[in-house]
Amino acid sequence: MEWPNKVEESILEDILQFVECFKALNLPNWEMSAAYNSLTLVNFREEVDFENINELILECYSKRMDSKVKNERFLWKIPVCYNIDFGIDIEEVSKTLKLSVKELIELHTSFEYMVYGIGFLPGFMYLGGLPEALEIPRRKEPRLSVAKGSVGLASKQTGIYPQDSPGGWNIIGSCPIPIFNPKLEKPCFVNVGDKIQFYEISRAEYDLRKIEGEVGIYKPEKIALDA
Amino acid sequence: MLKVLKSGFFTSIQDLGRFGYRDMGVPVSGAMDNNSVKKANLLLDNEPDAAVMEITMTGPTLLFEAPTFICLSGAYLSPTLNNEPLDNYKVIKVLKGDILSYGKLVNGFRSYLAIKGGFQTVKVLESRSQYFPVTKYRCLKDRNEIDFKETVSFSPTISEIKMESHFDLDYLEVYKGPEFSILSDNQLAALFSKTFSVSKENNRMAYQLSELIEGHKTSMLTSGTLPGTVQFTPAGRLIILMKDGQTTGGYPRILQLSEASINVLAQKKFGDTFSFKLL
Repeated sequence: MEWPNKVEESILEDILQFVECFKALNLPNWEMSAAYNSLTLVNFREEVDFENINELILECYSKRMDSKVKNERFLWKIPVCYNIDFGIDIEEVSKTLKLSVKELIELHTSFEYMVYGIGFLPGFMYLGGLPEALEIPRRKEPRLSVAKGSVGLASKQTGIYPQDSPGGWNIIGSCPIPIFNPKLEKPCFVNVGDKIQFYEISRAEYDLRKIEGEVGIYKPEKIALDA
Repeated sequence: MLKVLKSGFFTSIQDLGRFGYRDMGVPVSGAMDNNSVKKANLLLDNEPDAAVMEITMTGPTLLFEAPTFICLSGAYLSPTLNNEPLDNYKVIKVLKGDILSYGKLVNGFRSYLAIKGGFQTVKVLESRSQYFPVTKYRCLKDRNEIDFKETVSFSPTISEIKMESHFDLDYLEVYKGPEFSILSDNQLAALFSKTFSVSKENNRMAYQLSELIEGHKTSMLTSGTLPGTVQFTPAGRLIILMKDGQTTGGYPRILQLSEASINVLAQKKFGDTFSFKLL
């Protein structure tokens, strides 16, 4: 399903409204993933009658506003250590953007970023709402390996690498807690439609949070958002 | 227990896949060629989701430490049990101490070893399919030990099937993808007249094709992708996502392989050729 080709909170809201409505039908075997202006509905487990499901989807969409179910949304406070040990590109980024490192960190931590999608890799969040002052092109040469937890900037996006992977983003810090942990019943605590705000932590706190994250006792701070 | 004496090029445990975690970015995984797996599990009277071993190009050497029944399917890698040649699609009785090993690749690319009752590895997020970092390792390693249930007697309903391999086809059936309409007449002509070949970059995540077609400048917002989605890069490269493929992507999705064609492609290796046939 596709909505107009724009990054807008109102479009995401409309998609999520539909998702709630479709979930309420309790059809087994259907999976949904939302990203920016689209929703992918997948059924891997049974033959799908396209005409039938198409009708059901349209009917569900027309009734989406009647749905009383509202999933709780949260603003998650996510710790980031901007130490040069992790933020390997932070000095270069600060030069390019003509900001001091301190200003850069202040800017990066003062906005709430909307989670427009989770995908690509397990737990990778597509975040929107980066201020223009932090927009910087991808690195010309991507790195063969970027460490898990690295926090990066690339054009209109900021985000966290959920695992070691190749990548071309400018790395400004590291998040010590796993956004995705397969050992937990709900492996990813963030949902599409939630918001993320980063806050700066010291190297010492990073080490502590990292251990807490590894043993699975770290509980990220969350604030309920009014829908 | 099954002891992995040598693990081979890339051998992993797979079942039908990991369902229900797409919204967290978890790919479905599961056997690349489900068609072959289905038949092997059927011959052993297994449940369809019984976990099998997926063996790529070069086979492992395996020691059975308990009696059971097995069935091999998919690519033919000249398997032997205690040095006696084995056929695919046949129920085989195995005794404690037997050694299964593989030789030359004769056809296909991925071979399957199904075992009575399925391999009993730990389920992570409701599936035994190996996919890193959901599971701890992406594939089997030398000296791994894998659990299975001992079976002393079993009379199969069907003990053998003779079949033409489904994967020697030289075409892949495709549907139009969501961004099919961006293709120009030139690009369409190239896409459906050219013969394409599998590049060296091929694995459980994606198959890149060697031949380029004329590129494009369409930029789109990241959107959902599936196994069998054909992505089209601005440089004109075609990338076909497979079972461990990313759940979302930003390249135009011009084609979508049929399920049957995913099985066919899963058995193709570097240099193998095919064309696209629009359904």
